[in-house]
Amino acid sequence: MGPDSYREEKKKEMSVATLQHADVHGAHDAHHEHHHHETFITKYVFSQDHKMIARQFLITGIIWAIIGGLFSVIFRLQLGYPESTFPWLEDILGHWAAGGKLKPEFYYALVTMHGTILVFFVLTAGLSGTFANFLIPLQIGARDMASPFLNMLSYWFFFLASIIMFSSLFVQTGPASGGWTIYPPLSALGDASSGAKIGMDLWLVSMAMFIVSSLLGGLNYIATILNMRTKGMSMTRLPLTIWALFFTAVLGVLSFPVLLSGAILLLFDRNLGTSFYLSDIVVAGKILPNEGGSAILFQHLFWFLGHPEVYIILLPAMGMSSEIISVNSRKPIFGYMAMVGSLFAIAILAFLVWAHHMFVTGLNPFLGSVFVLLTLLIAVPSAIKVFNWLTTLWKGSIRFTPGMLFAIGFVSLFISGGLTGIFLGNSALDLHLHDTYFVVAHFHIVMGVASFFGMFAGVYHWFPKMFGRYLNNTLAYIHFWVTIVGAYLIFWPMHYEGLAGMPRRYYDYSNWESFKMFGGLNEFISFVAMIVFAAQLLFVFNFFYSIFKGRKVTTLNPWGSNTLEWTTPIRPGHGNWVGEIPEVHRGAYDYGKDGKEFIPQNTPVGENESHH
Amino acid sequence: MKEFLMVVLGILIFVVIFQIAKASEYVSVLKGEEKTRKQNNRINAFLLMGLLVFGLIGVWYCNELYYGKTLFPQGSASVEGENLDLMFMITTAVTGVVFVLTQILLFWFAYKYQESDDRKAFYFPHNNKLELLWTTVPAIFLTVLVVFGLKFWFKITSDAPKNAIVVEVTGHQFAWEFRYPGADAVLGKKNYKLTTSKNNLGVDFEDPASKDDIHVNTTMHIPVGVPVKMVIGSQDVIHDVGLPHFRIKMDAVPGIPTTQWFTPKYTTAEMKQKTNNPNFTYEIACDQLCGANHFAMRGVIIVETMEEYKKWLAEQTPEYVSLFEKKEAKPAGADSIATKQTAQVLPGNK
Repeated sequence: MGPDSYREEKKKEMSVATLQHADVHGAHDAHHEHHHHETFITKYVFSQDHKMIARQFLITGIIWAIIGGLFSVIFRLQLGYPESTFPWLEDILGHWAAGGKLKPEFYYALVTMHGTILVFFVLTAGLSGTFANFLIPLQIGARDMASPFLNMLSYWFFFLASIIMFSSLFVQTGPASGGWTIYPPLSALGDASSGAKIGMDLWLVSMAMFIVSSLLGGLNYIATILNMRTKGMSMTRLPLTIWALFFTAVLGVLSFPVLLSGAILLLFDRNLGTSFYLSDIVVAGKILPNEGGSAILFQHLFWFLGHPEVYIILLPAMGMSSEIISVNSRKPIFGYMAMVGSLFAIAILAFLVWAHHMFVTGLNPFLGSVFVLLTLLIAVPSAIKVFNWLTTLWKGSIRFTPGMLFAIGFVSLFISGGLTGIFLGNSALDLHLHDTYFVVAHFHIVMGVASFFGMFAGVYHWFPKMFGRYLNNTLAYIHFWVTIVGAYLIFWPMHYEGLAGMPRRYYDYSNWESFKMFGGLNEFISFVAMIVFAAQLLFVFNFFYSIFKGRKVTTLNPWGSNTLEWTTPIRPGHGNWVGEIPEVHRGAYDYGKDGKEFIPQNTPVGENESHH
Repeated sequence: MKEFLMVVLGILIFVVIFQIAKASEYVSVLKGEEKTRKQNNRINAFLLMGLLVFGLIGVWYCNELYYGKTLFPQGSASVEGENLDLMFMITTAVTGVVFVLTQILLFWFAYKYQESDDRKAFYFPHNNKLELLWTTVPAIFLTVLVVFGLKFWFKITSDAPKNAIVVEVTGHQFAWEFRYPGADAVLGKKNYKLTTSKNNLGVDFEDPASKDDIHVNTTMHIPVGVPVKMVIGSQDVIHDVGLPHFRIKMDAVPGIPTTQWFTPKYTTAEMKQKTNNPNFTYEIACDQLCGANHFAMRGVIIVETMEEYKKWLAEQTPEYVSLFEKKEAKPAGADSIATKQTAQVLPGNK
């Protein structure tokens, strides 16, 4: 994508004020350095600059994504080639892969860690941690977060959580292995599985730290969005990214504490002999004294976070895709207010559907029916969003930047994965599909891959702002095409395995008359998964290489975008704008209005401008 | 050595791709970035169209390959599951139309409205009529799906018919056990604190109702054409009685018994013929992660004619009898993994 084409236009359209600021930028830098002696530690480590914190979240997220992705490749080896041995696995994993074959205990540990890492550390911290930090002050016109110090703490609590979770990989009895949903009693009883020994305690402590991080971040995001918008930036002029990040933060603040309480009760059951989740248990030959607890109570507490969590992951991807699709279609996002309204509806409904994960727990059927209704209701705002994205593309003038391709990919995946949710949300069908590969296919497409696409779209789109350089386009295109084709090849056929009732979280299917016929398909899926993983490494390489060696950004607004972050200097310092923060005069989506290709938000309303 | 070569090969491929990518960046500078950008735009638009066409062909081809391996062509093996299959087909039809339509629009628009020098973007910020349309139409379709779904849901979750045969299903790491109520049609009481290596379900043998109860492992026998009510429990962690052929699933939760009922339509022998698979077995798959051997927690259901079932039942010795009356003989098939697992334990609880 060539930014130069916009440079000329930009120069004409850019407000006089911004130009002046850009010109004094160099002089200001010298001035800046003279007064604040920023050390390496304050600039790169304990930074309070939201942009640096965003980069810290992003890079930590990328490291976790590599680890989590690698785990899936290793357990896919077992699924795809159950008869084979891989001696090099023993070199890496030691006794967990004695003889080159994964032990079931460790297979489950890998599955559990894959889920935990990707859901929480990558798609929550890595996604909203990065983009909420980066975009909120830049797009609302603020110099930093409401509390830069708490913001810094938010990252370092995440770092602490990361260290604890990472260390749990190395304990002798292995990391947690009860699934990322850690249902007790399996997760409560060390006698029930080796992963429920010290690994589980570390998991819970790590998650507690993670929740603290998420709350510090979330409160900050909300406070910043509500209080620190620049002059003229009314709520209805906010870019959709900010709305999405706002609802994401609200969801997190209201639901993560419930998981924290659930986790603490589980710690009590594990270590202090309480019986919140335990009753009538005989395990490893021991009759446990615990009576009166409810294993199902934990599931209610877990999914009260767990379901909003799905939207915590998805909403930022929706917001960024909306923004990127509009910018690159050179058209306003269709139905801005409907987009905000549907985000709001999704955020509300996200709190009222958690028990659809529990249709087969023996839940009261009437209660189940209420959750069916509320669950399927979510399809309405989701449909509005999809049709609005489609209409935004309609009669646009579309530029396929890598960010745009990923945003279009996001919409495609969101449709594919969202529609299968209509099957699963209907309790009667869930009786057959629950905990089969149909579920695996559904949530990987709609939550996993789609959100990753949103994240990639965001990285490709805002990388020039983050690092002042471009990513390599050819690598980006290869990355996109391998990933979208691969993602469909991996997850689409899994629906059929699910329709055959093939359960998820099985180490080996070859002894099952009902499921063994999918051996060939499993091998194919594993093979594709390895290729897709390799393509992600290509992205990682592109990312780190381009930070240092990428083509330099030479123009303020390379995508011809309306939002405020592009009015800052190419490499904005702490404080973002040199001089005054620009005043906002219009919404974020005046593309193609009155024959003008784009009208940045800080452009005053012209006398003859039309009203819509 | 092979692994080492693979790694080297992988790195080489990376280097080659990277060099090409780097070179193309230089070429684009030489050629003019605007020109390269437009060229890339055309290529990607074309590829998106390709993705749509080959994607839809792929969806069809995938269906050709794997539909036959799902459980739908053979039909539900339970009467109640038939509703579910119908529900599945209705949902597939509705979502299928939406899927094809929206994916076509998405990629077609992307292709058709790619940037062009002859055309400007059309300013179209909102349209209330359109938005109202695609709020109400999905809402109507979803209402239909909810109504159908809940109708079947309430049917399946209603109380089991009075004539239902009751079987108690108990899960533990990593096997299934079954108890039949015997001639009095009442299951004897249980108390988990009574569990011993021999009385491994913790049956209260003081309860007269327990005296004729039959206890078997791994394989459950049921007659065809009669409703079967399962009373499901677990001794340790959460398990799940997954019966894909019958379209049934229900968790086994320690401390909280659950129930589920269904009416088998075909005997195992009939299914062998129907599926053309002499090894066909109704399998019970544990569908809730329960520990290291979760994947091997397999049970079997043998559906047979009423006569065969009655004959089988008559051959079984009640657990009470085998435990307390003829000490040397054990009920057939009762000493599976399950009994062995609990055998070495429970010293102070005889």
